[in-house]
Amino acid sequence: MIALSDYLIVGAILFSLSVAGIFLNRKNLLILLMCVELMLLAVNMNFIAFSHFRGDLAGQIFVFFILTVAAAEAAIGLAILVVLFRNRRTIDVEELDTLKG
Amino acid sequence: MNFDITTLIPVLPEIYLLTLASVVLLVDIMLRDDQRLLTYILAQAGLAAGLVLLLVLPGEGKTVVFSGHYVRDAMGDVLKIALFVTAFGAFLYSKDYLRARKLFKGEFYVLGLLALLGMSVMISANSFLSLYLGLELLALSLYAMVAFDRDSPAGSEAAMKYFILGAVASGMLLYGISMIYGATGSLIFGEVSKGVAQADRLVLVFGLVFVVIGLAFKLGAVPFHMWVPDVYEGSPTATTLFIGSIPKIAAFAMAMRLLVDGLGGLHEDWQGMLIILAVLSMAVGNVFALAQGNIKRMLAYSTISHVGFLMLGVLSGTPSGYSSAMFYAIVYAIMALGAFGILILLSREGFEADRLLDLKGLNQRSPWFAAMMMLFMFSMAGVPPTVGFFAKLFVLQAVVGVNLTWLALVAVFFSIIGAFYYLRIVKLMYFDKPDSDVALEAGWDTKLGLSVNGLAMLYFGMFPASLLSVCQVTFG
Repeated sequence: MIALSDYLIVGAILFSLSVAGIFLNRKNLLILLMCVELMLLAVNMNFIAFSHFRGDLAGQIFVFFILTVAAAEAAIGLAILVVLFRNRRTIDVEELDTLKG
Repeated sequence: MNFDITTLIPVLPEIYLLTLASVVLLVDIMLRDDQRLLTYILAQAGLAAGLVLLLVLPGEGKTVVFSGHYVRDAMGDVLKIALFVTAFGAFLYSKDYLRARKLFKGEFYVLGLLALLGMSVMISANSFLSLYLGLELLALSLYAMVAFDRDSPAGSEAAMKYFILGAVASGMLLYGISMIYGATGSLIFGEVSKGVAQADRLVLVFGLVFVVIGLAFKLGAVPFHMWVPDVYEGSPTATTLFIGSIPKIAAFAMAMRLLVDGLGGLHEDWQGMLIILAVLSMAVGNVFALAQGNIKRMLAYSTISHVGFLMLGVLSGTPSGYSSAMFYAIVYAIMALGAFGILILLSREGFEADRLLDLKGLNQRSPWFAAMMMLFMFSMAGVPPTVGFFAKLFVLQAVVGVNLTWLALVAVFFSIIGAFYYLRIVKLMYFDKPDSDVALEAGWDTKLGLSVNGLAMLYFGMFPASLLSVCQVTFG
């Protein structure tokens, strides 16, 4: 029997991987988008585990909504990426520096 | 299962907004480019009608519908009215700007209305699920609005940064929500706050940290503020106007729903976190704003410092603190609307007024609008008799009321530093010679709107009780 804590640890590892990916990656914007998706999937893992072990369906319904929103988010993200590439001819993270933030 | 149509009455503002956005989208498809003004008129007339709808809708006490996911209460009603009024102003000011730049497209209004719908849902959210959906609808619309000028490299770069950081913030928020859900076993705020007492404290606080980080990202509080100056500078001024003013009202509602309605039992835990965020925001916001030569960046840092002030009201944890924060959020939205409105007024075809120096000698070019800008700047700096003074005063009173006098002193100290860069603008307008003597060109509607907006600063400053009493009633 797999315990709740095991699922949570997997979720935490996935989440840390995605955060590390976002902050360490200095090369490609597409990888950033993948990390964002991974982050949301880590959250889904948590929700499903909690939902299952608590016997409450609301968590699984939340997951459906997160998946849907993630799809919409990816669509907008890729659209912005295309606009950016048309204007700048690059999707290199390090070259996004005209606005000094 | 019986379905009673009257249960939908509290949700009417959202249903109306969704219908309006869809109608505007459909009508816009049929129009030729030279008829685009119709889209604008339709959106504005729709907003005005929506405002009337909000004012006449019956509303007493608190109604919860959709199995507990949606709540209609006095706070929501007042905030939604503020939302509609500021959105009307934002569309009004941006019309001439968009026309001069060939950006006068129906999509701007559709996206704006959808963002408004998202904010409206956030304000009325009574569960993590509806809050998250409202937040995402707002965020997705704003990403697209930032990238609205397709051919601007700065715009697309700002949109990309906003998108990545916004998505990370949503991820953090969701991770925190999943922990709180696990600890309390519910998504509905009312049940979460009941469950807080028995739940495992460690898991709850772990979740709370992530929720506060997500919230701070969305509010633009230091140290999660990196996106704010870039987005303000990179996006077209019409979008900056929209992002800089209206979402602050929704962000306040989000903080109230999440922290007070949902996690009120953890008040002492989140109070400490908010104190750190508020002090850092006021410090970094005010000090960095001094060094900016670009007025949009300067206003971005000024937003950050105002967010710090807003948090002071929320963290005090008393009804008077909440009502003062609400007063602050509404006043700030109107103030920012006016300040960006003046920038739009100064811009014209092929010219962006985004440097501080562009305001030089405004008094000689247009004494009336220089006076209006002075009112906005005085109000932001907190100089009486403008309303900004009272907004700051009420928040400080609330903080002193819970024995955090040192925090009030820190806030006053940083506002004094902040006064410098607001007053520098007044100095540039009144005591320097203008670089160009091109007359200000704007339609009568924009001029009328800006005048009303500026005089409102003065009116609410003379009679702050008129707005404050509305805010106080909502928190009993």
